[in-house]
Amino acid sequence: MAKFKKDGGRPTPAINTSALPDIVFMLLFFFMVATKMRDRDMKVKTAIPQATEVEKLVKKSRLNYIFVGPPKDGDLGNTPRIQLDDAFATVDDIQQYITLQNSKKDEKEIPFMTTSLKADKVVKMGIVTDIKQELRKVNALKLSYSALKVADE
Amino acid sequence: MGSRRRDIPEINAGSMADIAFLLLVFFLVTTTMDVPNGLQVALPPMSEEPPPDSKQRKREVLEVLINAGDQLLVEGAPMRIDKLRQKAMDHLTNEGTDPTLSTTSTKAVVSLKNDRGTSYDMYVQVYNELTAAYNDVRDEYSMREFGKLYTKLSTEREKEKIKQVKEKYPKKLSEAEPVSIGK
Repeated sequence: MAKFKKDGGRPTPAINTSALPDIVFMLLFFFMVATKMRDRDMKVKTAIPQATEVEKLVKKSRLNYIFVGPPKDGDLGNTPRIQLDDAFATVDDIQQYITLQNSKKDEKEIPFMTTSLKADKVVKMGIVTDIKQELRKVNALKLSYSALKVADE
Repeated sequence: MGSRRRDIPEINAGSMADIAFLLLVFFLVTTTMDVPNGLQVALPPMSEEPPPDSKQRKREVLEVLINAGDQLLVEGAPMRIDKLRQKAMDHLTNEGTDPTLSTTSTKAVVSLKNDRGTSYDMYVQVYNELTAAYNDVRDEYSMREFGKLYTKLSTEREKEKIKQVKEKYPKKLSEAEPVSIGK
């Protein structure tokens, strides 16, 4: 029963893996180019609503983000809070935040700055209306309601 | 310099893949791929003086109200959200045929009012339907005039066409100054 040969047979040749780094580097470069650094810790839940008429926001550098939603940390209750950058904030902080963000940009870009409002579905319009009023006060008139694109029926 | 030529030993590149994998995993973990998508809104500039009394006749304005219970009221009558788009399109393309709706598309206004207790989800849905109505009538007009959908018109080469469509159906989606309209 010498179906399986013993050590005497030819050794199996090693598989050539010299191209493996090339493949992995290719993947690596793809991810480096196609993705963007996660730059903030989310402190609030933002399950954004769905919509059909959404448009892509092309220039990511021309975006300011405002997050609104119930805190992720259950100990803080369920009342929706505003998050700017990495910290909780109140409606009164928005003017200052937008002004600060815009001051880092080129003056020519400021009219094109869009505020991306990422608000949870459960948020009530009261807080959103307040945010809109604050944005109008600092002349940040381009707003985008962040939404998931769904196909039109 | 020795006179003997030695063969340069081959560098062992076996662990190159490991290094590359490590970097790959690092990038997979620390980056996100989400493309920001959203409904674009142009807010009206803030002005100190109260808005001038609207001289517009009532028939030019399609009044949309959402109450704190997320119920929709269009021109004083309750409506389901799936009927809203058609109603808004009828209003925009009326051109004076129906005496309750707008006289011309250039004057037609859609007014959206919501309560502080309205849910954001409902508001976005309504806003989406109204935007869709504008996009649909613009698409229809553009298709009739230029044989091309409005959304497919090139922003660089067909500026004039886009302007013409925008003039025919200007997006006059006004949002009321915030008030509490109660339940």
